[in-house]
Amino acid sequence: MKLEGRVWKFGSDIDTDAIIPARYLNQSDPKELAKHVMEDERPSFSKDVRRGDILVAGKNFGCGSSREHAPLALKAAGISCIIAKSFARIFFRNAFNIGLPLLESQEASEAIEEGDRIQVDLSTGEIYDLTKKKRFLSKPIPPFMQELLRDGGLIPHLRKKTIKHKQ
Amino acid sequence: MAHPMTLTEKLLASHSRRKWVSPGEILDVRVDLVLANDITAPLAIEAFREIGAKRVFHRDRVVLVPDHFAPAKDILSAEQCKVMREFAKAQRLPHYFEIGKCGIEHVLLPEKGLVNPGEVIIGADSHTCTYGALGAFSTGVGSTELGAAMATGRIWLRVPETIKFIYYGKLRPWVSGKDLILATIGAIGVDGALYRAMEFSGETVHELSMASRFTICNMVIEAGGKNGVIEPDEVTLQFVKGRAQRPYRIFRSDPKARYEQVMEFDVSRIGPQVALPHLPSNVKDVREVGSVEIDQVVIGSCTNGHLEDLRVAAKILRGKKVASTLRLIIIPATQEIYRQALKEGLIEVFLSSGAVVSPPTCGPCLGGYMGILAAGERALATTNRNFKGRMGHPESEVYLSGPAVAAASAVKGRIAHPEEVLRSRG
Repeated sequence: MKLEGRVWKFGSDIDTDAIIPARYLNQSDPKELAKHVMEDERPSFSKDVRRGDILVAGKNFGCGSSREHAPLALKAAGISCIIAKSFARIFFRNAFNIGLPLLESQEASEAIEEGDRIQVDLSTGEIYDLTKKKRFLSKPIPPFMQELLRDGGLIPHLRKKTIKHKQ
Repeated sequence: MAHPMTLTEKLLASHSRRKWVSPGEILDVRVDLVLANDITAPLAIEAFREIGAKRVFHRDRVVLVPDHFAPAKDILSAEQCKVMREFAKAQRLPHYFEIGKCGIEHVLLPEKGLVNPGEVIIGADSHTCTYGALGAFSTGVGSTELGAAMATGRIWLRVPETIKFIYYGKLRPWVSGKDLILATIGAIGVDGALYRAMEFSGETVHELSMASRFTICNMVIEAGGKNGVIEPDEVTLQFVKGRAQRPYRIFRSDPKARYEQVMEFDVSRIGPQVALPHLPSNVKDVREVGSVEIDQVVIGSCTNGHLEDLRVAAKILRGKKVASTLRLIIIPATQEIYRQALKEGLIEVFLSSGAVVSPPTCGPCLGGYMGILAAGERALATTNRNFKGRMGHPESEVYLSGPAVAAASAVKGRIAHPEEVLRSRG
Protein backbone atom coordinates (compact mmCIF):
# COMPACT_ATOMS: atom_id res chain seq x y z
CA MET A 1 0.00 0.00 0.00
CA LYS A 2 1.50 3.32 -1.10
CA LEU A 3 0.49 6.80 -0.02
CA GLU A 4 1.57 10.27 -1.06
CA GLY A 5 0.75 13.52 0.67
CA ARG A 6 1.67 16.89 2.05
CA VAL A 7 3.14 17.08 5.55
CA TRP A 8 1.83 18.73 8.71
CA LYS A 9 4.47 18.86 11.42
CA PHE A 10 3.74 18.63 15.14
CA GLY A 11 5.95 18.42 18.25
CA SER A 12 6.33 15.80 20.99
CA ASP A 13 3.80 14.53 23.56
CA ILE A 14 0.78 15.64 21.52
CA ASP A 15 -1.98 14.41 23.85
CA THR A 16 -5.48 13.26 23.04
CA ASP A 17 -6.96 16.41 24.61
CA ALA A 18 -4.97 18.39 22.03
CA ILE A 19 -6.14 16.11 19.19
CA ILE A 20 -9.79 16.31 20.21
CA PRO A 21 -10.79 18.23 23.35
CA ALA A 22 -13.19 16.42 25.68
CA ARG A 23 -15.80 19.16 25.26
CA TYR A 24 -16.60 17.56 21.88
CA LEU A 25 -16.90 14.02 23.24
CA ASN A 26 -20.61 14.30 23.91
CA GLN A 27 -21.01 12.66 20.47
CA SER A 28 -18.94 10.38 18.29
CA ASP A 29 -19.73 11.32 14.67
CA PRO A 30 -16.31 11.33 12.91
CA LYS A 31 -17.34 14.25 10.63
CA GLU A 32 -18.31 16.40 13.62
CA LEU A 33 -15.11 15.44 15.45
CA ALA A 34 -13.03 16.31 12.36
CA LYS A 35 -14.31 19.90 12.55
CA HIS A 36 -12.53 20.34 15.88
CA VAL A 37 -9.41 18.24 15.35
CA MET A 38 -6.27 19.88 16.86
CA GLU A 39 -8.39 22.94 17.64
CA ASP A 40 -6.50 24.07 20.76
CA GLU A 41 -3.11 23.11 19.34
CA ARG A 42 -3.49 24.75 15.93
CA PRO A 43 -6.87 26.44 15.45
CA SER A 44 -6.86 26.58 11.63
CA PHE A 45 -5.75 22.95 11.14
CA SER A 46 -9.21 21.47 10.55
CA LYS A 47 -9.91 24.03 7.82
CA ASP A 48 -6.55 23.74 6.06
CA VAL A 49 -5.99 19.97 6.17
CA ARG A 50 -6.71 18.13 2.90
CA ARG A 51 -7.56 14.52 2.17
CA GLY A 52 -4.37 12.46 1.90
CA ASP A 53 -2.23 14.80 4.03
CA ILE A 54 0.32 13.15 6.32
CA LEU A 55 1.07 14.12 9.90
CA VAL A 56 4.65 13.97 11.19
CA ALA A 57 5.27 14.35 14.93
CA GLY A 58 7.89 13.88 17.67
CA LYS A 59 7.78 11.32 20.46
CA ASN A 60 4.81 9.88 22.38
CA PHE A 61 2.12 11.01 19.93
CA GLY A 62 -1.43 10.44 21.22
CA CYS A 63 -0.62 10.19 24.93
CA GLY A 64 -3.41 10.50 27.47
CA SER A 65 -6.90 9.15 27.19
CA SER A 66 -8.17 6.02 25.43
CA ARG A 67 -10.66 8.03 23.35
CA GLU A 68 -10.88 6.47 19.90
CA HIS A 69 -12.36 9.80 18.91
CA ALA A 70 -8.75 11.02 18.53
CA PRO A 71 -7.65 8.80 15.60
CA LEU A 72 -11.21 8.94 14.23
CA ALA A 73 -11.10 12.74 14.10
CA LEU A 74 -7.70 12.72 12.35
CA LYS A 75 -8.80 10.10 9.84
CA ALA A 76 -12.08 11.86 9.10
CA ALA A 77 -10.21 15.14 8.63
CA GLY A 78 -8.29 13.46 5.81
CA ILE A 79 -5.01 12.41 7.45
CA SER A 80 -3.85 9.27 5.62
CA CYS A 81 -0.90 8.29 7.81
CA ILE A 82 1.03 9.47 10.89
CA ILE A 83 4.79 9.25 11.27
CA ALA A 84 6.33 9.83 14.70
CA LYS A 85 9.33 8.96 16.83
CA SER A 86 6.99 6.95 19.05
CA PHE A 87 3.29 6.56 19.82
CA ALA A 88 1.39 6.16 23.07
CA ARG A 89 0.17 2.57 23.22
CA ILE A 90 -3.62 2.99 23.35
CA PHE A 91 -3.51 5.48 20.47
CA PHE A 92 -1.32 3.02 18.55
CA ARG A 93 -3.85 0.20 18.87
CA ASN A 94 -6.82 2.47 18.24
CA ALA A 95 -5.36 3.86 15.01
CA PHE A 96 -4.77 0.43 13.47
CA ASN A 97 -8.15 -0.76 14.71
CA ILE A 98 -9.89 2.00 12.75
CA GLY A 99 -7.60 1.57 9.73
CA LEU A 100 -5.29 4.58 10.19
CA PRO A 101 -1.64 3.57 9.53
CA LEU A 102 1.17 4.70 11.83
CA LEU A 103 4.91 4.52 11.21
CA GLU A 104 7.73 4.92 13.74
CA SER A 105 10.92 6.56 12.50
CA GLN A 106 13.20 8.83 14.46
CA GLU A 107 15.10 10.02 11.36
CA ALA A 108 11.98 10.82 9.35
CA SER A 109 10.41 12.55 12.35
CA GLU A 110 13.43 14.81 12.69
CA ALA A 111 14.22 15.50 9.03
CA ILE A 112 10.84 15.94 7.37
CA GLU A 113 9.48 19.50 7.52
CA GLU A 114 6.06 21.07 7.31
CA GLY A 115 4.85 21.37 3.74
CA ASP A 116 7.16 18.65 2.32
CA ARG A 117 5.57 16.16 -0.06
CA ILE A 118 6.33 12.59 0.96
CA GLN A 119 5.64 9.08 -0.26
CA VAL A 120 5.05 6.22 2.16
CA ASP A 121 5.16 2.51 1.38
CA LEU A 122 3.24 0.79 4.15
CA SER A 123 4.36 -2.71 3.23
CA THR A 124 8.11 -1.96 3.36
CA GLY A 125 8.01 0.93 5.83
CA GLU A 126 9.96 3.10 3.36
CA ILE A 127 9.40 6.87 3.48
CA TYR A 128 10.59 9.12 0.62
CA ASP A 129 10.67 12.90 0.99
CA LEU A 130 10.02 14.19 -2.54
CA THR A 131 10.84 17.78 -1.52
CA LYS A 132 14.19 16.93 0.09
CA LYS A 133 14.87 13.88 -2.09
CA LYS A 134 15.71 11.86 1.02
CA ARG A 135 14.81 8.30 1.91
CA PHE A 136 14.05 6.99 5.42
CA LEU A 137 13.23 3.59 6.81
CA SER A 138 10.65 3.11 9.53
CA LYS A 139 9.99 0.11 11.75
CA PRO A 140 8.08 -2.29 9.47
CA ILE A 141 4.41 -2.73 10.38
CA PRO A 142 3.90 -6.28 11.74
CA PRO A 143 2.10 -8.57 9.22
CA PHE A 144 -0.89 -8.94 11.52
CA MET A 145 -1.41 -5.16 11.62
CA GLN A 146 -0.89 -4.85 7.87
CA GLU A 147 -3.75 -7.29 7.47
CA LEU A 148 -5.90 -5.06 9.71
CA LEU A 149 -5.07 -2.08 7.48
CA ARG A 150 -5.83 -3.97 4.26
CA ASP A 151 -9.21 -4.97 5.64
CA GLY A 152 -9.93 -1.37 6.72
CA GLY A 153 -9.73 -1.91 10.48
CA LEU A 154 -10.67 -4.41 13.19
CA ILE A 155 -14.41 -4.53 12.49
CA PRO A 156 -14.22 -5.37 8.76
CA HIS A 157 -11.34 -7.72 9.65
CA LEU A 158 -13.47 -9.61 12.18
CA ARG A 159 -16.44 -9.69 9.83
CA LYS A 160 -14.27 -11.18 7.11
CA LYS A 161 -13.00 -13.80 9.54
CA THR A 162 -16.53 -14.65 10.67
CA ILE A 163 -17.67 -15.07 7.06
CA LYS A 164 -14.67 -17.31 6.27
CA HIS A 165 -15.38 -19.29 9.41
CA LYS A 166 -19.02 -19.84 8.41
CA GLN A 167 -18.02 -20.99 4.91
CA MET B 1 10.67 -23.19 28.52
CA ALA B 2 10.45 -22.93 32.26
CA HIS B 3 11.78 -19.63 33.54
CA PRO B 4 11.01 -17.28 36.41
CA MET B 5 8.26 -14.76 35.63
CA THR B 6 7.10 -11.36 36.83
CA LEU B 7 3.62 -10.84 38.28
CA THR B 8 2.43 -9.32 34.98
CA GLU B 9 3.79 -12.26 32.97
CA LYS B 10 2.09 -14.74 35.30
CA LEU B 11 -1.25 -12.94 35.03
CA LEU B 12 -1.11 -13.01 31.22
CA ALA B 13 0.10 -16.62 31.08
CA SER B 14 -2.73 -17.74 33.35
CA HIS B 15 -5.28 -16.24 30.96
CA SER B 16 -3.86 -17.62 27.73
CA ARG B 17 -3.41 -21.30 28.59
CA ARG B 18 0.32 -20.90 28.78
CA LYS B 19 2.73 -22.06 31.43
CA TRP B 20 5.38 -19.50 30.52
CA VAL B 21 5.41 -16.29 28.55
CA SER B 22 8.17 -13.81 27.71
CA PRO B 23 8.14 -10.10 26.86
CA GLY B 24 7.39 -9.42 23.20
CA GLU B 25 5.13 -12.44 22.69
CA ILE B 26 1.64 -11.74 21.34
CA LEU B 27 -1.03 -13.65 23.23
CA ASP B 28 -4.70 -14.33 22.73
CA VAL B 29 -5.92 -13.47 26.23
CA ARG B 30 -9.17 -14.36 27.99
CA VAL B 31 -10.56 -11.38 29.89
CA ASP B 32 -12.45 -11.63 33.17
CA LEU B 33 -14.22 -8.32 32.82
CA VAL B 34 -14.75 -5.55 30.27
CA LEU B 35 -15.75 -1.98 31.12
CA ALA B 36 -16.96 1.08 29.24
CA ASN B 37 -18.33 4.51 30.19
CA ASP B 38 -20.74 7.00 28.67
CA ILE B 39 -18.08 8.42 26.33
CA THR B 40 -16.59 5.16 25.09
CA ALA B 41 -19.56 2.75 25.30
CA PRO B 42 -21.63 4.20 22.42
CA LEU B 43 -18.80 3.56 19.91
CA ALA B 44 -18.14 0.14 21.48
CA ILE B 45 -21.81 -0.79 21.15
CA GLU B 46 -21.71 0.31 17.50
CA ALA B 47 -18.65 -1.90 16.92
CA PHE B 48 -20.34 -4.80 18.74
CA ARG B 49 -23.32 -4.54 16.37
CA GLU B 50 -21.18 -4.10 13.25
CA ILE B 51 -19.37 -7.36 13.95
CA GLY B 52 -22.77 -8.98 13.87
CA ALA B 53 -22.70 -9.97 17.55
CA LYS B 54 -26.03 -10.62 19.20
CA ARG B 55 -25.14 -11.35 22.83
CA VAL B 56 -22.32 -10.26 25.09
CA PHE B 57 -19.88 -13.06 26.02
CA HIS B 58 -21.02 -13.08 29.65
CA ARG B 59 -23.76 -10.91 31.16
CA ASP B 60 -22.00 -10.59 34.54
CA ARG B 61 -18.69 -9.60 32.98
CA VAL B 62 -19.71 -6.53 31.00
CA VAL B 63 -19.83 -3.39 33.16
CA LEU B 64 -21.23 -0.08 31.97
CA VAL B 65 -20.76 3.07 34.04
CA PRO B 66 -22.19 6.48 33.12
CA ASP B 67 -19.75 8.73 34.96
CA HIS B 68 -17.96 11.14 32.60
CA PHE B 69 -20.78 13.46 31.56
CA ALA B 70 -23.44 12.00 33.87
CA PRO B 71 -25.78 13.21 35.32
CA ALA B 72 -26.13 14.25 31.68
CA LYS B 73 -24.60 17.67 31.08
CA ASP B 74 -26.42 18.40 27.81
CA ILE B 75 -28.69 16.84 25.23
CA LEU B 76 -25.93 15.04 23.33
CA SER B 77 -24.54 13.54 26.56
CA ALA B 78 -28.05 12.44 27.50
CA GLU B 79 -28.29 10.66 24.14
CA GLN B 80 -25.00 8.85 24.80
CA CYS B 81 -26.18 7.75 28.25
CA LYS B 82 -29.41 6.58 26.65
CA VAL B 83 -27.58 4.38 24.12
CA MET B 84 -25.78 2.74 27.03
CA ARG B 85 -28.87 2.35 29.21
CA GLU B 86 -30.86 0.76 26.38
CA PHE B 87 -28.04 -1.62 25.47
CA ALA B 88 -27.73 -2.68 29.12
CA LYS B 89 -31.46 -3.32 29.24
CA ALA B 90 -31.56 -5.27 25.98
CA GLN B 91 -28.58 -7.40 27.03
CA ARG B 92 -29.95 -7.70 30.60
CA LEU B 93 -26.65 -6.58 32.12
CA PRO B 94 -26.75 -6.67 35.93
CA HIS B 95 -23.79 -4.27 36.20
CA TYR B 96 -25.11 -1.16 34.60
CA PHE B 97 -24.90 1.55 37.26
CA GLU B 98 -27.54 4.24 36.96
CA ILE B 99 -26.80 7.54 38.69
CA GLY B 100 -27.83 7.23 42.33
CA LYS B 101 -26.14 3.82 42.47
CA CYS B 102 -23.16 4.95 40.51
CA GLY B 103 -19.77 6.53 40.90
CA ILE B 104 -16.50 7.05 39.09
CA GLU B 105 -15.78 3.72 37.42
CA HIS B 106 -12.28 3.06 38.76
CA VAL B 107 -13.33 3.63 42.36
CA LEU B 108 -16.73 1.99 41.93
CA LEU B 109 -15.58 -1.35 40.49
CA PRO B 110 -13.14 -2.21 43.32
CA GLU B 111 -15.73 -1.03 45.88
CA LYS B 112 -18.32 -3.42 44.40
CA GLY B 113 -15.88 -6.35 44.26
CA LEU B 114 -16.16 -6.51 40.46
CA VAL B 115 -12.39 -6.55 40.00
CA ASN B 116 -10.22 -8.98 41.93
CA PRO B 117 -6.66 -10.20 42.40
CA GLY B 118 -5.40 -12.53 39.68
CA GLU B 119 -7.77 -11.27 36.99
CA VAL B 120 -7.37 -9.72 33.56
CA ILE B 121 -9.54 -6.64 33.01
CA ILE B 122 -9.81 -4.32 30.04
CA GLY B 123 -11.73 -1.08 29.91
CA ALA B 124 -12.39 1.59 27.33
CA ASP B 125 -10.84 4.19 29.56
CA SER B 126 -7.14 4.86 29.95
CA HIS B 127 -7.28 4.78 33.75
CA THR B 128 -8.43 1.16 33.75
CA CYS B 129 -4.84 0.45 34.83
CA THR B 130 -6.00 1.34 38.40
CA TYR B 131 -7.00 -2.25 39.27
CA GLY B 132 -3.40 -3.46 39.11
CA ALA B 133 -3.29 -2.30 42.73
CA LEU B 134 -5.20 -5.51 43.56
CA GLY B 135 -2.65 -7.74 41.84
CA ALA B 136 -4.62 -7.94 38.60
CA PHE B 137 -3.61 -7.18 35.01
CA SER B 138 -5.72 -4.30 33.80
CA THR B 139 -5.30 -1.88 30.96
CA GLY B 140 -7.11 0.66 28.83
CA VAL B 141 -8.22 0.00 25.25
CA GLY B 142 -10.24 1.84 22.62
CA SER B 143 -13.93 1.44 21.90
CA THR B 144 -13.63 -0.79 18.83
CA GLU B 145 -11.51 -3.34 20.68
CA LEU B 146 -13.82 -3.16 23.63
CA GLY B 147 -16.82 -3.80 21.38
CA ALA B 148 -15.05 -6.88 19.99
CA ALA B 149 -14.15 -8.07 23.51
CA MET B 150 -17.76 -7.60 24.66
CA ALA B 151 -18.66 -10.17 22.00
CA THR B 152 -15.76 -12.58 22.36
CA GLY B 153 -14.37 -12.16 25.90
CA ARG B 154 -10.91 -12.12 24.37
CA ILE B 155 -8.23 -9.67 23.25
CA TRP B 156 -4.71 -9.87 21.79
CA LEU B 157 -2.02 -8.45 24.04
CA ARG B 158 1.73 -8.17 23.75
CA VAL B 159 3.56 -9.29 26.88
CA PRO B 160 5.21 -6.10 28.16
CA GLU B 161 8.69 -5.78 29.61
CA THR B 162 8.46 -4.96 33.33
CA ILE B 163 10.16 -2.10 35.11
CA LYS B 164 10.38 -2.60 38.86
CA PHE B 165 10.04 0.40 41.18
CA ILE B 166 11.19 -0.18 44.74
CA TYR B 167 10.18 2.28 47.48
CA TYR B 168 11.82 2.19 50.87
CA GLY B 169 12.08 4.42 53.94
CA LYS B 170 9.60 6.23 56.15
CA LEU B 171 6.91 8.39 54.57
CA ARG B 172 7.02 12.04 55.55
CA PRO B 173 3.89 13.71 56.99
CA TRP B 174 1.19 14.55 54.38
CA VAL B 175 2.81 12.33 51.74
CA SER B 176 0.58 9.72 50.10
CA GLY B 177 0.43 7.51 47.01
CA LYS B 178 -0.17 10.56 44.79
CA ASP B 179 3.14 12.10 45.80
CA LEU B 180 5.02 8.84 45.17
CA ILE B 181 3.58 8.39 41.68
CA LEU B 182 4.10 12.07 40.79
CA ALA B 183 7.73 11.83 41.94
CA THR B 184 8.12 8.65 39.87
CA ILE B 185 6.61 10.19 36.71
CA GLY B 186 8.79 13.24 37.31
CA ALA B 187 11.84 10.96 37.39
CA ILE B 188 11.07 8.91 34.26
CA GLY B 189 8.94 11.26 32.10
CA VAL B 190 5.56 10.92 30.38
CA ASP B 191 6.86 8.14 28.15
CA GLY B 192 9.35 6.69 30.64
CA ALA B 193 7.38 3.44 30.85
CA LEU B 194 5.98 3.39 27.31
CA TYR B 195 4.48 -0.05 26.54
CA ARG B 196 5.92 -1.33 29.86
CA ALA B 197 4.46 -2.93 32.96
CA MET B 198 5.25 -0.94 36.10
CA GLU B 199 5.62 -3.15 39.16
CA PHE B 200 5.54 -1.25 42.44
CA SER B 201 7.22 -2.93 45.38
CA GLY B 202 9.31 -2.41 48.47
CA GLU B 203 8.54 -2.01 52.16
CA THR B 204 6.85 1.37 51.78
CA VAL B 205 4.34 0.15 49.19
CA HIS B 206 3.18 -2.59 51.54
CA GLU B 207 2.62 -0.02 54.29
CA LEU B 208 0.33 2.00 52.02
CA SER B 209 -3.47 1.92 52.20
CA MET B 210 -5.46 0.49 49.28
CA ALA B 211 -6.52 4.05 48.37
CA SER B 212 -2.90 5.11 47.93
CA ARG B 213 -2.13 1.95 45.95
CA PHE B 214 -5.05 2.59 43.60
CA THR B 215 -3.79 6.15 43.10
CA ILE B 216 -0.32 4.90 42.18
CA CYS B 217 -1.55 2.32 39.65
CA ASN B 218 -4.14 4.79 38.33
CA MET B 219 -1.39 7.07 37.01
CA VAL B 220 0.89 4.55 35.27
CA ILE B 221 -0.73 5.66 32.00
CA GLU B 222 0.71 9.12 32.66
CA ALA B 223 4.17 7.56 32.26
CA GLY B 224 3.02 5.72 29.12
CA GLY B 225 2.72 2.42 31.03
CA LYS B 226 0.57 -0.46 29.84
CA ASN B 227 -0.31 -1.63 33.32
CA GLY B 228 0.77 -1.19 36.92
CA VAL B 229 0.84 -3.99 39.46
CA ILE B 230 1.33 -4.45 43.17
CA GLU B 231 1.68 -7.90 44.73
CA PRO B 232 -1.30 -8.68 46.94
CA ASP B 233 -0.64 -8.71 50.70
CA GLU B 234 -2.71 -8.58 53.92
CA VAL B 235 -3.97 -5.09 53.05
CA THR B 236 -5.22 -6.35 49.68
CA LEU B 237 -6.89 -9.39 51.22
CA GLN B 238 -8.61 -7.26 53.87
CA PHE B 239 -9.94 -5.02 51.10
CA VAL B 240 -11.36 -7.80 48.93
CA LYS B 241 -12.76 -9.72 51.89
CA GLY B 242 -16.53 -9.55 51.77
CA ARG B 243 -16.46 -7.67 48.46
CA ALA B 244 -15.11 -10.09 45.84
CA GLN B 245 -17.96 -11.30 43.67
CA ARG B 246 -15.88 -14.15 42.27
CA PRO B 247 -13.22 -16.55 43.55
CA TYR B 248 -9.79 -15.01 42.99
CA ARG B 249 -6.15 -16.07 42.74
CA ILE B 250 -3.00 -14.57 44.19
CA PHE B 251 0.07 -14.33 41.97
CA ARG B 252 3.50 -13.08 42.96
CA SER B 253 6.63 -12.29 40.97
CA ASP B 254 9.26 -15.03 41.13
CA PRO B 255 12.33 -13.96 43.12
CA LYS B 256 14.49 -14.40 40.02
CA ALA B 257 12.06 -12.81 37.55
CA ARG B 258 13.70 -10.69 34.86
CA TYR B 259 13.15 -6.95 34.86
CA GLU B 260 14.09 -4.57 32.10
CA GLN B 261 15.09 -2.02 34.70
CA VAL B 262 14.96 -1.58 38.47
CA MET B 263 14.60 1.85 40.07
CA GLU B 264 14.75 2.64 43.78
CA PHE B 265 13.22 5.55 45.65
CA ASP B 266 14.03 6.60 49.21
CA VAL B 267 10.62 7.99 50.19
CA SER B 268 12.01 9.79 53.23
CA ARG B 269 13.37 12.28 50.69
CA ILE B 270 10.01 12.80 48.97
CA GLY B 271 7.84 15.69 50.19
CA PRO B 272 4.35 16.60 48.91
CA GLN B 273 4.61 16.94 45.12
CA VAL B 274 3.01 19.25 42.58
CA ALA B 275 2.93 18.77 38.78
CA LEU B 276 3.10 22.09 36.96
CA PRO B 277 1.45 22.83 33.60
CA HIS B 278 1.29 21.23 31.07
CA LEU B 279 2.64 17.73 31.72
CA PRO B 280 2.22 15.32 34.67
CA SER B 281 6.02 14.85 34.59
CA ASN B 282 6.68 18.53 35.25
CA VAL B 283 6.97 17.81 38.97
CA LYS B 284 8.37 19.82 41.87
CA ASP B 285 8.35 19.58 45.64
CA VAL B 286 5.56 21.86 46.90
CA ARG B 287 8.14 24.00 48.69
CA GLU B 288 9.91 24.70 45.42
CA VAL B 289 6.84 25.83 43.49
CA GLY B 290 6.97 29.43 44.74
CA SER B 291 3.94 31.66 45.15
CA VAL B 292 1.29 30.51 42.68
CA GLU B 293 -2.19 31.97 43.13
CA ILE B 294 -5.05 29.64 42.33
CA ASP B 295 -8.64 30.34 41.14
CA GLN B 296 -10.09 26.88 41.68
CA VAL B 297 -9.28 23.72 43.61
CA VAL B 298 -10.84 20.36 42.70
CA ILE B 299 -10.63 17.40 45.09
CA GLY B 300 -11.95 14.20 43.54
CA SER B 301 -11.61 11.98 40.42
CA CYS B 302 -10.68 8.33 39.89
CA THR B 303 -7.23 9.28 41.16
CA ASN B 304 -8.08 10.94 44.48
CA GLY B 305 -11.82 10.77 45.17
CA HIS B 306 -11.48 7.99 47.77
CA LEU B 307 -12.89 8.28 51.29
CA GLU B 308 -9.35 8.51 52.62
CA ASP B 309 -8.66 11.49 50.35
CA LEU B 310 -11.75 13.26 51.67
CA ARG B 311 -10.67 12.52 55.26
CA VAL B 312 -7.28 14.13 54.60
CA ALA B 313 -8.96 17.18 53.04
CA ALA B 314 -11.37 17.49 55.98
CA LYS B 315 -8.55 17.30 58.49
CA ILE B 316 -7.03 20.41 56.93
CA LEU B 317 -10.30 22.24 56.20
CA ARG B 318 -11.91 21.71 59.63
CA GLY B 319 -12.63 25.10 61.17
CA LYS B 320 -11.05 26.90 58.21
CA LYS B 321 -12.49 28.99 55.39
CA VAL B 322 -11.73 28.67 51.70
CA ALA B 323 -9.85 31.78 50.51
CA SER B 324 -12.26 34.45 49.26
CA THR B 325 -10.42 34.57 45.92
CA LEU B 326 -10.91 30.88 45.21
CA ARG B 327 -13.56 28.21 44.48
CA LEU B 328 -13.29 24.76 46.04
CA ILE B 329 -15.12 21.82 44.43
CA ILE B 330 -15.16 18.47 46.22
CA ILE B 331 -16.39 15.34 44.44
CA PRO B 332 -16.77 12.08 46.38
CA ALA B 333 -16.00 9.34 43.85
CA THR B 334 -18.98 7.11 44.59
CA GLN B 335 -22.40 7.22 46.20
CA GLU B 336 -21.08 4.99 48.99
CA ILE B 337 -18.14 7.31 49.69
CA TYR B 338 -20.51 10.29 49.69
CA ARG B 339 -22.76 8.57 52.26
CA GLN B 340 -19.84 7.60 54.47
CA ALA B 341 -18.40 11.13 54.26
CA LEU B 342 -21.78 12.40 55.38
CA LYS B 343 -21.86 9.99 58.34
CA GLU B 344 -18.37 10.99 59.42
CA GLY B 345 -19.22 14.69 59.27
CA LEU B 346 -16.79 15.39 56.44
CA ILE B 347 -19.45 16.93 54.21
CA GLU B 348 -20.37 19.32 57.05
CA VAL B 349 -16.71 20.37 57.29
CA PHE B 350 -16.57 21.00 53.55
CA LEU B 351 -19.80 22.99 53.46
CA SER B 352 -18.77 25.08 56.47
CA SER B 353 -15.45 25.87 54.82
CA GLY B 354 -17.24 27.25 51.78
CA ALA B 355 -16.67 24.33 49.42
CA VAL B 356 -19.28 23.06 46.99
CA VAL B 357 -19.86 19.27 47.05
CA SER B 358 -20.78 17.67 43.73
CA PRO B 359 -22.39 14.29 43.08
CA PRO B 360 -19.96 11.62 41.83
CA THR B 361 -18.77 12.42 38.29
CA CYS B 362 -15.53 12.71 36.30
CA GLY B 363 -16.90 16.12 35.23
CA PRO B 364 -14.20 18.79 35.58
CA CYS B 365 -11.18 16.44 35.41
CA LEU B 366 -11.46 16.21 31.63
CA GLY B 367 -13.04 19.60 31.09
CA GLY B 368 -16.52 18.11 30.82
CA TYR B 369 -18.57 20.18 33.25
CA MET B 370 -19.01 21.01 36.97
CA GLY B 371 -16.10 23.41 37.14
CA ILE B 372 -14.71 24.44 33.74
CA LEU B 373 -11.93 27.03 33.66
CA ALA B 374 -12.09 30.36 31.82
CA ALA B 375 -9.18 31.84 29.86
CA GLY B 376 -6.26 32.70 32.12
CA GLU B 377 -7.63 30.81 35.13
CA ARG B 378 -5.49 28.47 37.17
CA ALA B 379 -6.63 25.31 38.96
CA LEU B 380 -5.01 22.94 41.39
CA ALA B 381 -6.61 19.50 41.13
CA THR B 382 -6.13 16.07 42.65
CA THR B 383 -6.83 14.65 39.18
CA ASN B 384 -4.37 12.96 36.83
CA ARG B 385 -3.69 15.15 33.79
CA ASN B 386 -2.68 18.76 33.33
CA PHE B 387 -2.42 18.94 29.55
CA LYS B 388 -3.08 22.28 27.93
CA GLY B 389 -6.80 23.03 28.09
CA ARG B 390 -7.55 19.81 29.98
CA MET B 391 -10.03 21.46 32.37
CA GLY B 392 -11.40 24.12 30.08
CA HIS B 393 -10.09 27.06 28.06
CA PRO B 394 -6.84 26.34 26.19
CA GLU B 395 -5.32 29.33 27.97
CA SER B 396 -6.13 27.99 31.44
CA GLU B 397 -3.63 26.11 33.60
CA VAL B 398 -3.85 22.96 35.70
CA TYR B 399 -1.55 21.99 38.56
CA LEU B 400 -1.79 18.47 40.07
CA SER B 401 -1.29 17.40 43.69
CA GLY B 402 -2.57 15.11 46.40
CA PRO B 403 -5.56 16.02 48.60
CA ALA B 404 -3.49 17.50 51.45
CA VAL B 405 -1.78 20.13 49.29
CA ALA B 406 -5.06 20.79 47.47
CA ALA B 407 -6.97 21.46 50.71
CA ALA B 408 -4.20 23.61 52.16
CA SER B 409 -3.99 25.61 48.93
CA ALA B 410 -7.77 26.17 48.98
CA VAL B 411 -7.38 27.84 52.39
CA LYS B 412 -4.33 29.89 51.43
CA GLY B 413 -5.50 30.92 47.96
CA ARG B 414 -2.15 29.85 46.57
CA ILE B 415 -0.25 26.59 46.31
CA ALA B 416 0.70 25.75 49.89
CA HIS B 417 2.25 23.02 52.02
CA PRO B 418 -0.30 21.56 54.49
CA GLU B 419 1.93 22.61 57.38
CA GLU B 420 1.38 26.26 56.50
CA VAL B 421 -2.31 25.84 57.34
CA LEU B 422 -1.93 23.72 60.43
CA ARG B 423 0.71 26.02 61.83
CA SER B 424 -1.54 29.05 61.40
CA ARG B 425 -4.11 27.28 63.59
CA GLY B 426 -2.14 27.71 66.71
